[in-house]
Amino acid sequence: MSTQPLRELLEQAFPDATELQVTDRTGGGDHFQVVVASPSLTGLSLVDQHRRVYDALAEPLADGRIHELRISTKGAT
Amino acid sequence: MSYTDKIKGVIDGSDVALFMKGTPALVMCGNSDRALKALRRAGAPVTAVDILPDPQIRQELSALSGWPTIPQVFVKGELVGGADIVEELEASGELERTLRERLGDGYADRRDERTVPLA
Repeated sequence: MSTQPLRELLEQAFPDATELQVTDRTGGGDHFQVVVASPSLTGLSLVDQHRRVYDALAEPLADGRIHELRISTKGAT
Repeated sequence: MSYTDKIKGVIDGSDVALFMKGTPALVMCGNSDRALKALRRAGAPVTAVDILPDPQIRQELSALSGWPTIPQVFVKGELVGGADIVEELEASGELERTLRERLGDGYADRRDERTVPLA
């Protein structure tokens, strides 16, 4: 899959994101790196921040369109 | 047959539990390798579980932890995260701080690493 549907899911989940990147790490369309910075992540543990990303991408994770996902998250600084 | 009780037993009974693809001696996935190496750099006494022998292990683990991906690292029964988080915490020194807090000062002297079969 392209990065665009993932970006849209993340934009829906983090409408106030100050940074939002989706990269296809291998060019194969199933290994992705996402970077999300959002005030809505502020104060959450890294586990809970990553859970928010997993929740946003639950469908492509469950159906196998995402084979591997690397996540980097930040709250507001 | 269900693995849930055994998985819980490892999570709750280990100082540091690492659910991974493969074993520390033969790692089968780059992310499991990243988590293992970060834990080793921090001197963590790792109890490793290979989730590959039966797909049901991973399903039951994720149902239990609410975490969809492998690897998963637990310290004293609590989910610390996957490879990205463990690397990030190790790089900032926070992983060592957490381990010292929860396992005591001498935790790294043990240099303990073992693999527990579930299947």
